[in-house]
Parts: sequence; C-alpha cells; structure tokens
Amino acid sequence: MATAEVRHELFGHAEQKNYLNHSKGALSWLLTLDHKRIGIMYLIGVSAALIVAGIFALLLRTHLFYGDSSFLALKWLFGEASQFNSNKVYNQMFTLHGAIMVFSFIIPSVPAALGNMVLPMMLGAKDVAFPRMNLASFYLWVFGTGFLIVALMRGGLDTGWTFYTPYSIETDTGVVYATLGAFILGFSSIFTGINFLVTVNTMRAPGMGWFKMPLFLWALYSTAIIQVLATPVLGITLLLLIAERMLGIGIFDPRYGGDPVLFQHFFWFYSHPAVYIMILPAMGVISELISVHAQKRLFGYSFIAFSSVAIALLGFLVWGHHMFTSGQSVVVTLIFSAITFSVAIPSAVKVFNWLATLYKGSIALNTPMCYALSFIFLFGIGGLTGLFLATLSTDIHLHDTYFVVAHFHFVMVGGTLTAFLGGMFHWWPKFFGRMYNDFLGRVGCFLVFAGFNLTFFPQFVMGARGMPRRYASYDPEFQIFHQWSTIGAFVLGIGIVLSFVVLLHAVWYGRKVAGNPWGAASLEWQSSSPPSFHNFDHKPILHDPYDFDSMVYDKGLDTYVLREFMDPNQVPERVPVTH
Amino acid sequence: MFPQIMNFLGQADYVNKYVDQFPAADGYRSPEASYWFPEQASSMAKNVDFLYMAIFWVSTVFFLVIVGVMCYFVIKYRRRPGIGPQPSSSHNTTIEILWSVLPSIILVWFFYQGAWDYLDSKFPPDDAEEIVVTGKKWDWTFTYPDGDQASELHLVLDRPTKLIMRSEDVLHSFFVPAFRQKMDVVPGRYTYYYVKPIKDGIFRVFCTEYCGDNHSGMKTWCHVHKNDAVRKAKTEWINADHKAWENGERLFKLNCAGCHNINGVAATGPALNTIWGTDESLIDGSKVKVDENYVSESIKYPNAKVVAGYGPVSKMQTFEGKLSNQDIDFLIAYMKHLKQPGSGDAVGGAAPAAAAPAAAEPKQESAPVTQEPAAEQPAAGAGSGG
Repeated sequence: MATAEVRHELFGHAEQKNYLNHSKGALSWLLTLDHKRIGIMYLIGVSAALIVAGIFALLLRTHLFYGDSSFLALKWLFGEASQFNSNKVYNQMFTLHGAIMVFSFIIPSVPAALGNMVLPMMLGAKDVAFPRMNLASFYLWVFGTGFLIVALMRGGLDTGWTFYTPYSIETDTGVVYATLGAFILGFSSIFTGINFLVTVNTMRAPGMGWFKMPLFLWALYSTAIIQVLATPVLGITLLLLIAERMLGIGIFDPRYGGDPVLFQHFFWFYSHPAVYIMILPAMGVISELISVHAQKRLFGYSFIAFSSVAIALLGFLVWGHHMFTSGQSVVVTLIFSAITFSVAIPSAVKVFNWLATLYKGSIALNTPMCYALSFIFLFGIGGLTGLFLATLSTDIHLHDTYFVVAHFHFVMVGGTLTAFLGGMFHWWPKFFGRMYNDFLGRVGCFLVFAGFNLTFFPQFVMGARGMPRRYASYDPEFQIFHQWSTIGAFVLGIGIVLSFVVLLHAVWYGRKVAGNPWGAASLEWQSSSPPSFHNFDHKPILHDPYDFDSMVYDKGLDTYVLREFMDPNQVPERVPVTH
Repeated sequence: MFPQIMNFLGQADYVNKYVDQFPAADGYRSPEASYWFPEQASSMAKNVDFLYMAIFWVSTVFFLVIVGVMCYFVIKYRRRPGIGPQPSSSHNTTIEILWSVLPSIILVWFFYQGAWDYLDSKFPPDDAEEIVVTGKKWDWTFTYPDGDQASELHLVLDRPTKLIMRSEDVLHSFFVPAFRQKMDVVPGRYTYYYVKPIKDGIFRVFCTEYCGDNHSGMKTWCHVHKNDAVRKAKTEWINADHKAWENGERLFKLNCAGCHNINGVAATGPALNTIWGTDESLIDGSKVKVDENYVSESIKYPNAKVVAGYGPVSKMQTFEGKLSNQDIDFLIAYMKHLKQPGSGDAVGGAAPAAAAPAAAEPKQESAPVTQEPAAEQPAAGAGSGG
C-alpha cells in the first residue's frame, strides 16, 4: 500500500473501515462490547430521555402561563377538566420531569455517553477494563428508565423526584415502580463508575502518569469515586422506602415510630454528591473545550485536577444544607453551612483557571467554544447564587422557593446540559468523521443560551419574592415572571431541537473531516475519524495533552498531525491486528 | 397558546380583579415591597434583606469581572489568520493561592453574618406568646393560648411569638415571605420558629414542602394587629369555652392522674407540676429538657427516655392512638400552666374586648370591618382548585 494511502487510513477520514461499519446488523449494535458503540447507544438513550422530560417541562411551563390554569387537565386523558385534576396531573408531571432528567439524563449524560466514547481513547486504550459490564450498565439504564415509564403508565408518580417520606409512603401512585427504576439506574451508574476507575488505574498508555492525563479524565475519575461510594446509599434508602411502603417496617413512617427526616438524611447523603456526579464531568468537558479551541495550554493544570478531587470529597460533607429548615439541630445546621462555603472555592478556582487559559490564546469562536463560553457565564450565575443558599439566614427565606429552582437549573442545565451539547459538538467530527454546519450550530447555541436565561432568570426574582416551588397555581403577583419563563422555555426547546437537527444532519450529509480537525493534542485525536474498531491502528505516541505546538497542519491529509508524523513519507508503526 | 399570549396584555385586569377581593387597603403587592422582596414585616427581615443585597452586589461584581475578562480575551485574542497563540506562563502559584484565599475571606463573613441572623430566630425570649401551628392536607390550623382555633394566623404587633408546629399527616413547611422565616412541619415531632412582627397588615402564608394534590392551595393569611384589643375585636371567633390548659386538665384527670401527682410528690411516675422546661436525669445518666418533643414522645413511647429512678422499664402504658396530637397539645398547655399559672391564658382573658373602639384605630386596620368573611374570601379564591 502506498505511503499516502496508509497515512490517510491512519490519520484521515476512515470511510472504508471504522467502528461504525466494522460489523452490520441490529445485533452487532445491541450486543456490542465496543465502548464507542455503547457510548452512541447511551447517547441515543439519554437524548431520548432529555426529549421526553423536556416535553414534560414545556407542558408544565404552558400550564403555568396562567395562575389558575387547568391546562393540564386534558379531558380525554385525565377526566373532568377541573383545576383539582389539573393539579394532580401537574404534580405527576413535575415529578417525572425531575426524576427522568436527573436519573436518566443528567447523571449518565456526560460520563456514560460522552465519557464512554472518549475515556478509553484518551488513555490510548482499546476499550474500557470491563466491556461486558459496560454493556450491562447500558441495559440497566434501559430497564431503569423503563420502570420510570411504567410508573407513568401505572397511576403516575407524584412525590417529587426526592421521594420524601411520609408522603411517598401514603400516596397511591406508582412509587414502587419509580423507586425500583431509580434503584436500577443507580446500579447502572455504579457499573460505569467501577469501570472508569479500573480503566484509568490500569489501562493508561505506557508512560502516561496521572499528571499527564487530560483533565477530562481527572473529572471522570473523581466522578467515578462518587458514583461508587455514594450510589449504594441511595440504593439502600430506596429499598427501605419500598419496604416501609409495602411492609410498614417503621423506619421512616412516624405512625410506627419512624422518622421522616431520617429519609432526608439518607437521600441527600447520596443526592448531594450526585450533584457533583452531574457537574464534575461537565467541568472536565469545559477544560478540554477551552484549551483546544483557544489552542492554549490549560492554566494551572494541577489546581484544576485537585479541585476536582476536592469537590468530590467535600461534596460528601454538605448534604445537610438541603435540610436547613427540616428541624435538624442548630449546631449541625451551622456546621453544614460552613462546609458548604468551602465547596465554593474549588469551583471558583476552576473558573479563574479557564479564564486565564484564554489569555493570549488563539480563540476560535466555533460552536464548541460558544458552548464553553456560555457555560462560564451560566455556571458563574449558578455558582454565585449558591452563596445565597449556603448563607443560613437567606436560605431560610429562599429554601423551597423558585430561587432554588432557578439556582439548580443554572447549574444542571446551564452547566451540565451546556457542557454536554458543547462536548457533542467537540467530539462529533471524531466519532462520525463529519463536520456539522457551524453557523447553525452557533445559532442553536445562542438560542439555548438566550432561552435558558429568559426561562430561569425571572425565577430568581419570583423566588426572592416568595413564590414556592412545586405549585400548580399561584398568586397573580408572580404571573408576569411565569409568563416570561414560559416563553423562554420554548426558545430553549427550539434551540435544543435545532442543535440535535444540526448534529444529526451532519452524520449523513456533513462535510467529511480527517482525524484531527481542531488541532487537539490529546490521544483520541491521533486516530482516524471515525476511529477504527480498535481505536488506533498505529501505536499512539504519548505526549503532553495540552502541548498544541506539537500539532502541525498536514496539507495532504487536511488535518493536524503530531510533529513526529509530519514527514509525508513516514509510515507509523502499525498495531498488529489480533482479531 | 395563542389566545393566552393575546391575553398577556390583559393581565392588569386580572390582578385588579384579585385585589378587589383582597381586604388589605394596600392592595396585593405592597408599595413598601422592594424589588427583590416583599415588605419587611418581622424583626429579622431587615437583616436578611441586607445580607441578601450584600451577597448580591459582591456576586454581581465578581460576575461582571469574570464575564468582562472573558469577553475582553475573546475579542482581543480571537483567532486571526497568521497569528497563533502567544506564549505565556501556564502556571503561577502565587496567583492561584491569591484567587483561592481572597474570596474565601468574604465567604467567611457571609457565613458568620448568616449564622448570626439565623440564630436570632432560634432563641425566643421566655415571655414569647406560643401559638400552635398544625398542618394538615391541605389546610392550616392555628391554636391560640386560650384554646381557640382558626384557619388564619393572628399576631400582635411587636409581640415576640413562638410558633410551635406539628403535622397531622405528611411534611409541610410554614412560610411567611414577609417574615423571611420558614420551618418544616414534621409529623411525629414539634418544630418551631420565633418571630416578632414589626409591621401590621395582612401577609401571605404558604406551604413550601410538597404535600400532595392541593399543595399549591395550602395557603392562608397572617394578620398582624396593632394590639390585643384590636385582635380581640377583629377575631370574634376567638371565644373558647375552655382554655387549652383547662382541656388539658380534664384529659390529665382522665388519663394521667392515676400515676402522676401535681403536688410535687413522686408516685408511680414523676410529679408533673414543676418539671416543664427543666432538665430531667434519665436512667442512662444523660439529661433531657422537658419540652414539647419530650413530653409527646413520652406519652407515645414511655420507654424511649425513662426518668432516673423509674426504670429500668417504665411502668407506663403507651397512649399512642388513645390521645390525639391535639390532646397532647392540651396536656402540654396544662403542664405549662402548672409550672407558671397564667402563661397559657394571657391573650384570651387579659384583653378587654371593649377597649377596642374603632375610632382609635388607624384607617388601615379599620378598613375591613367584617374580618371574617372578607378574610376567608381570598383564601378560598386562591385555593379554588381545592
């Protein structure tokens, strides 16, 4: 084979032979052990969950356009169109919006979908450590989400995604199905976590020390620690809830001497660290996006790396800040408030470091970078409004109002969803070998950004003025804010749909691109696009993931290659094909 | 959707319609409300608002600096043909330490100030009036010291008040935005907060812990009256046959007097006339304060915390299921009365109703003459779904 052809096969657009067409047929996907295919199945799954829960959100917002709306009492579905019936539907819908978004979308979005595709390649590995466990994790996700859908069919679920006792014990809706769903989804999350821990520990390319890893891996590693340590607590809690509901064992139910506040402690002991399961990987994505698209070494690598670990560990010690008004003791409340402030520091450190990375860079305002900048803006607001909630006296006023709703949406949607979309636009050319329409991508990004702000900024004002969350109807003083919020939600929805359309269009009709269109330096970009079944057909050369000077443009391939490979007559060493 | 957007312009009518039903002369959103907050109706509100605005401005400065620097860099260092990234240091420990430590100092102040203001609401003065707040799907009930109950909360201006809360069913949360105070109402235990109203008027009460179908309808009003006399005049429905402690005395004779004395002499169980508010020694050597939670627990689960000298196993049978939560409230009122006679009946008895001539009142208070029907109306209207 001629040298040019070999080089094209290794670094270029791999049309003939890649993981997408390596084998054919539905079963080759459904039973695949390839981390990239599993990642894509996850991607399809979590995107479907995002769309379902997003439709719930739009229905909720439409309902809230009016203070005494009975919009959700859709007569043909739920009987009499009274406001009371409408309340019931509203309560079920906000519950499933929250449960599906949290358990089926946000938690697996970056780690299980993007992480699965990227992590082994960043390490220079062929796959994750336990490929079968990886596939099992995906099917657990499918079953878990299925149970949530079953709960929807079988009487709905109206407890809120938090399942607070004793209401969750006495409601006649499908609590058992939904908790089983969340329980199974927890296992899915644990499987991914174990897999990533072992993979990062044992399968780094020879010579890749911990501090030579891309920061996305530090973030995923920290996340995996939380997934493995915290999720079992949720599993036990949910089983206890089922036992309480079915057998009345008297651990949470005050009628049998149980303590409903105990449930909150158990629940938040998982669910607060889970907040960091949601945001840490997103921060990792942003570290990659900023450095690659500014072509600049990340400022303060070790500070960003250790801040991930610090957030993961401190995240275990702050669960009580969800319970300042719950009746827990004054002393413990003070302690939780103090520790909560300490989590603010590592988050701020990351933001400052990202900004410093931009300094003297060569900043391309393409779609992934637009998402990264949008992330800094939105996460900035999300993080700073956390200060109001960490401060005791202000939190007592703001707790369980729309202020909290706005705060965590700024972090979870403005943060994680933005990073998820940004990450998709960043790695899309790698995994599909096609470039999307960048202009429309940026339009989508702008719509998401603008719609998001319009949706959630008014909620801060409403919340401070006293609008409680989870209300199906409200006093008229809040109406104008709800109406802005509803309009914003539709803009946000259009933005997300447009982004998906742009990405999907690219898969079939996008311009073909070669291995490394961004000039990125981490290992996954050394393969062809789409990567071959074994990730790398040549031995990837280990080097600094943020040394962008080492990448040079190769005219023949129309892509960036390592300086070591710039000689057009050079043929890199092939990896022996074993199967 | 379309007609709703068309009606968007008509929202002022909607508000006005609502205001007409509302008895407060001020209208719905008080002109004294600031942009971010409802009016300041409690002694804590001012501090909360001050701290909120302090955090707000500090955050705004930080945010503007972050976004400003970001935009400046993006414009200045945008990618241009022929110009690559310029070399600059990628690490500077001094800067890293500085921007970690300096913001922390401000955070310490936030924590300190927030904790200080929070503690205010946790330690009521001893002479605070005690009102029992009962949450039940999907209504509030307020029990006053004289044993009366109402679905709206009536407080007296400048009087320290301890709101003692309990739930009949699931979790609720008692929230008066104008007071900036909130507390979960938890089944199986008593919670409380302390508030001193500093502004008369009518304020919203919300339930802020999700409690089922009509959660959003679980709201009522809090009235703050100028003094006892006005409260008495406005609340003719406060006219109990028996004070709370009198009900408690009756229940005590029926259920407890076989084993507990009220003359200070120990019998099968400890005497109950003086122990309220004291620290009792338990058989395991620890101490417990005799408060609402302890008394309630001991009635329901006598073996949970046995007083030293009566163990190892309490001879008392459980009254769980025999005495209602309301009964236990009455018994607690009786114990308080035994400890300090008059503490449970200051309001209902002391204020002469005749001392409330309407002419002496400012017009805001006198505007809603017939308090009861007028006040019920918005509550019913707002919760019309229920």
